[in-house]
Amino acid sequence: MEKFVQIENVGQTFDTKKGKFVALRDIDLTLKQGEFVALIGHSGCGKSTLLNLIAGLTKPTSGVLLCDGREIAGPGPERAVVFQNHSLLPWLTCFENIYLAVERVFSQKEGKPKLKARTQAAIELVALGHAAHKYPHEISGGMKQRVGIARALSMEPKVLLMDEPFGALDALTRARLQDELMKICEKTQATVVMVTHDVDEAVLLSDRIVMMTNGPAATIGEILEVNLPRPRARLELAHDSAYIDCRAAVLEFLYEKQAHVEKQAA
Amino acid sequence: MSTLTISGGFAGQTAVDHAPKEVPAGGCTMTPSAEAAKETKMEKSASLPVTEPGIAWSELLNGAARLVLPPLLGMLLLVGVWYVATLGGGPIPGPLAVWDAAAVLFADPFYNNGPNDLGIGWNVLASLERVGIGFGLAALVGIPLGFMLGRFAFLSSMINPLISLLRPVSPLAWLPIGLLVFQKADPAATWTIFICSIWPMIMNTAQGVQRVPQDYLNVARVLDLSEWKVVTRILFPAVLPYMLTGIRLSIGTAWLVIVAAEMLTGGVGIGFWVWDEWNNLKVEHIIIAIFIIGIVGLLLEQALILLAKKLTKESS
Repeated sequence: MEKFVQIENVGQTFDTKKGKFVALRDIDLTLKQGEFVALIGHSGCGKSTLLNLIAGLTKPTSGVLLCDGREIAGPGPERAVVFQNHSLLPWLTCFENIYLAVERVFSQKEGKPKLKARTQAAIELVALGHAAHKYPHEISGGMKQRVGIARALSMEPKVLLMDEPFGALDALTRARLQDELMKICEKTQATVVMVTHDVDEAVLLSDRIVMMTNGPAATIGEILEVNLPRPRARLELAHDSAYIDCRAAVLEFLYEKQAHVEKQAA
Repeated sequence: MSTLTISGGFAGQTAVDHAPKEVPAGGCTMTPSAEAAKETKMEKSASLPVTEPGIAWSELLNGAARLVLPPLLGMLLLVGVWYVATLGGGPIPGPLAVWDAAAVLFADPFYNNGPNDLGIGWNVLASLERVGIGFGLAALVGIPLGFMLGRFAFLSSMINPLISLLRPVSPLAWLPIGLLVFQKADPAATWTIFICSIWPMIMNTAQGVQRVPQDYLNVARVLDLSEWKVVTRILFPAVLPYMLTGIRLSIGTAWLVIVAAEMLTGGVGIGFWVWDEWNNLKVEHIIIAIFIIGIVGLLLEQALILLAKKLTKESS
């Protein structure tokens, strides 16, 4: 499927106390099914705004967004979101948090045992079977984020949207989760949009990197194809010339072409 | 009442503070030299068993003394002042006279000499029953209403002015309306309790609903949960602490109001009993009633604090 998610001429304006604030303008982007796309840019460039638009959490001021040929009218389980701060419900166990999502999507067609099996499968996909009946405050930040990913994947979404999912984690945990995510994506052939500000993460995980210009009125600056064979291994890639080139291209975009953000702020 | 609440809160906080500190100490096993670590451990284990229990005991006693001694001194001060003030006689009986009267009164709290002469136990129970019914009805109406006000902005801006108008009205001003509508004293008193308990429950619940973190609501939106699931799985647990605060405030006011309401309506109840004893000029009994009202109010509040702690522990 060549045009799975279509973003056509989308703009987003917010009404603030100081008047209108143009967050995004002229966004045109098409995602293929099974593609992993990273959105990268300086903070305040509207990456999360764009992700929220695809999720349907906000509606665009202009333009149209389509998913699988249908207009995105609101949020729905076919576009699952992994939130930056995991957003697990603290009064439910990990199992129950995932079950809530599974129940919503599959309870019309399947009975309870099947739903429970799905939940168990999702939790084992992120290697957390042993923590299924723990509450979120009893597990570490990395584990919470994995439960968040499991919850999103358990819904078998058409698109997986991730908003800086590993941003709050330490470097070692982040690397492990990135590796896990790559394996899961290979297994499930998921279509993923991930917001990140980590250049290495973007190059390692993505098929394409969408680089955004600085806000206000941000738009897509460049799109970089990452033609690295999969499965990718982070250690081998460290010396791979194609990887190094991609990394350099993103860095160049962020710190040369779009570098004036610091000057503006200062 | 309020000091007890605050100390309870502090105790909870310190318990939370301690927990994370202990975790890194246990997890940090990567000591550079194992021998050095062993040596220090042995030194410690040699000295610790001797001193630790002693320290723990004296600390425990110290803590208990600090917890119990000041309130005890406060009570003694109250009784002391009371004793000295009534030494010279006068209309107010001294502590000893009241104690004697209480001993007689509590010897048979549940006697029944007809509807106008019931034991103190029956009177307290009658008041508690009225509070229970009025308060329960207020919870049944107020909590769902609070949920709706918190959830629907239009409804909220429609009803909020009404609440602001009616809330400052003394509950006793509603008593004649209750008497008129129900034609009986008992439901009128219950109605008064209902009307005074309902406001804190509506307002706290509505505020709780409005303060549910946006993250949780986003989860609800992305999962596209049904309104029923949103209420039972997300709103209710998130709002529970606020709701319990509303309930606690309500029961305090309800207990304040019942005494006044019963003074006006008569019948059976601790408020009526106070008024009856005033007519009989048994001042000792009035003072006993004041203590009873205070203690029952304290127990109600403490019970709800306990319940709140238990429920929020389970849900968080």
